[in-house]
Amino acid sequence: MATGAAAAVGTIFAAWPFVAQMNPDASTIAAGAPIDVDLAPIADGQDIKVFWRGKPIYIMHRTKKQIEEARAVPTDTLKDPATDQSRVKEGHDQWLVVIGICTHLGCIPIAHEGLYDGFFCPCHGSQYDTSGRIRQGPAPANLPVPPYQFVTDTKIQIG
Amino acid sequence: MSGPSDFKPSNPALQWIERRLPILGLMHSSFVAYPTPRNLNYWWTFGAILSFMLAMQIATGVVLAMHYTPNADLAFRSVELIVRDVNYGWLLRNMHAVGASMFFFAVYVHMFRGLYYGSYKEPREVLWILGVIIYLLMMATGFMGYVLPWGQMSFWGATVITNLFSAFPVVGDYIVTLLWGGYSVGNPTLNRFFSLHYLLPFVIAGVVVLHVWALHVAGQNNPAGVEPKTEKDTVPFTPHATIKDMFGVSVFLLLYSWFIFYMPNYLGDADNYIPANPAQTPAHIVPEWYYLPFYAMLRSIPNKLAGVVVMFSSILILVFLPWLDTAKTRSSKYRPLAKQFFWIFVIVCILLGYLGAQPPEGIYVIAGRVLTACYFAYFLVLLPLLSRIEKPRPLPNSIADDVLAKSGKVAATVAAFIVAGGLVIGSAQSVRAEEADTPPANRWSFAGPFGKYDRGALQRGLKVYKEVCSNCHALSYIAFRNLADPGGPGYSTAQVAALASEYKIKDGPNDQGEMFERPGRPADYFPSPFPNEQAARVANGGAAPPDLSLITKARSYERGFPWFIFDFFTQYQEQGPDYVAALLQGFEDKPPADVKIPDGSYFNKYFPGHAIKMPKPLSDGQVTYDDGAPATVAQYAKDVTAFLMWTAEPHMEARKQLGFQVFVFLIIFAGLMYFTKKKVWADAH
Repeated sequence: MATGAAAAVGTIFAAWPFVAQMNPDASTIAAGAPIDVDLAPIADGQDIKVFWRGKPIYIMHRTKKQIEEARAVPTDTLKDPATDQSRVKEGHDQWLVVIGICTHLGCIPIAHEGLYDGFFCPCHGSQYDTSGRIRQGPAPANLPVPPYQFVTDTKIQIG
Repeated sequence: MSGPSDFKPSNPALQWIERRLPILGLMHSSFVAYPTPRNLNYWWTFGAILSFMLAMQIATGVVLAMHYTPNADLAFRSVELIVRDVNYGWLLRNMHAVGASMFFFAVYVHMFRGLYYGSYKEPREVLWILGVIIYLLMMATGFMGYVLPWGQMSFWGATVITNLFSAFPVVGDYIVTLLWGGYSVGNPTLNRFFSLHYLLPFVIAGVVVLHVWALHVAGQNNPAGVEPKTEKDTVPFTPHATIKDMFGVSVFLLLYSWFIFYMPNYLGDADNYIPANPAQTPAHIVPEWYYLPFYAMLRSIPNKLAGVVVMFSSILILVFLPWLDTAKTRSSKYRPLAKQFFWIFVIVCILLGYLGAQPPEGIYVIAGRVLTACYFAYFLVLLPLLSRIEKPRPLPNSIADDVLAKSGKVAATVAAFIVAGGLVIGSAQSVRAEEADTPPANRWSFAGPFGKYDRGALQRGLKVYKEVCSNCHALSYIAFRNLADPGGPGYSTAQVAALASEYKIKDGPNDQGEMFERPGRPADYFPSPFPNEQAARVANGGAAPPDLSLITKARSYERGFPWFIFDFFTQYQEQGPDYVAALLQGFEDKPPADVKIPDGSYFNKYFPGHAIKMPKPLSDGQVTYDDGAPATVAQYAKDVTAFLMWTAEPHMEARKQLGFQVFVFLIIFAGLMYFTKKKVWADAH
């Protein structure tokens, strides 16, 4: 009994390195460290795409109209309810920062397309609004907001 | 494997081995003396065909792995170098890539045969379940193999399929990170897929041994579905089954070779000739044709998790088939209702395959839902119900009786199956460019089974490339030496050396540690006009001009139903060249009123979306021809397209020539096999 238990424990511990090696290695993790992005060159209504951890991050400088559109929608009508305020940093309402990976099956949506002036995924037709929230199509959730903070008024750190 | 054998080798050396390891006796009882029902039809040869395909895939795969580089930066190029530079590399690669499709085609026939003749019923349940396991392993292997060339479809297919696992609550994201070995599909993913793609075929081979073992314990099923009772019901495996299987394999080889030598890209996706680009998703992500029915089911369910569950269930349900269909009668031949529903089920699967290739909108989604429901209803409602209400027709007393009452409709059904298979296969093709006008078909000298390049056109095309296209477009897979290769533009080595020396090639570092420029040599590749993609993008209004080496294979347009079926027979493979030639001539100064072209873009009739960043590149008289060919845009476009077809497919002439020889051989061989088979079976019919 004790021998069997010891063998089982030993096997599990011996198997662990074989599973753990599958996870991101040290260099991949190091390369995934936070990055700084300068927002000054992005004009009103424009957006840029930066890569962080191999993922495209959309940084959108929203116009007044886009912000109003996003805030006019009652949240209880949404598939994945979230207020626009909860998806941006207070005092920086014009900046939308989202991971540009469709929550359906991982394609990259195109900015400024679709019925909601937000994002449109060409793969299976999911449409996101100016707050990156899912409005139509098969995607189950909103475009995720990556961890980031404002270092200065025109500079953010993603990660 | 049917008990201890009384086999005694006559050679004393073999007797010595046999006493210590009775392997010869095992082989003899399993593959020589083994009794096989005498009424087996040609659907039963697909077991042997599958074994052959597995051996083929392993042999070609091991060889390809000797030349392939599993690195995200090098993989795409290494595959191109296999095709271009390795001796017979183009052949081995085609054999392996087409082989995957043929393997799946054969496995589907094999599975439908099992379904039709009730080969999963008692006492063959374990045999059937082992088969389902092999099929699952095949799907995993095929998927990972498709990722290795690291083209656009490879990359995005890998992204979509690995993301399926993120649907599982809580642990989903962790599983996906574990699969990727990073935060997105990347180099670690490619490396592990290569390792597993090499491993899994050997696992499959192991399970195949179990599958054959289980088969030899339970004995083969047969079209009548009654077990052999007397000696009269069976024939020995060798020579009867062996020769029949070999005839089946030789006929199958004809189909296989048709693809290898004449239409190697028919089953593939043009997008996979574009190197993987994590920043851009192709317009339609479509898996290989053999996954399409499952992809259709996945997409028809609006909820992500439910979609994934439905897709996996559609395969796992097969495991429970022996207990869902409890009818005593095995063969659908004697089940009038089950027989009809079987064929409806086959059509449902084919239609699901067609839908899997269509964009997920409107009527396609609704049809997908209806057919998904039909698929499951067949297993969960229909088969259990039929086993209770259906009145089977009387069974023959024995296999021998069945043979006497036999009728041969095999040829007709085979033909029907090939057409049906072509339907699904080709539907993968029908998803391409958007609503652009269809490019007009051209007469190309390289089309058809005996097609050859027109040397004059290739030389003129090179001139057009050099003087016009090369200002913006790279040709980075072509070395100067290639211009002297057989089957190419036909320059002499001296001409090539002279042409190469006109170019300045960056080399170094030298002894002082400096980079320097020197005149080109034949071994150098055409230098690219821009140092990197970003520079190309900035210099061209945000759209990087694509490398032209593979452009005629990387572009295509929708052929649509029923054209893709005809294409299989006519060997029409020239969508790419037709599109490129049309594009070069499709510029119009005044766009139609309903098309808005943004500033910095130009109207092109054939470009998807019509707004192209490239200004009209060719005008009459721009390039001077020395051989008297007309200096018109139409002629330039045709010549440069022919040249680019050669850059994409430099060994095409060798491929078609060898193909002809192989066909002559195979037809003779299959004929010989047929008469040998007739002779061997003369006493059994």
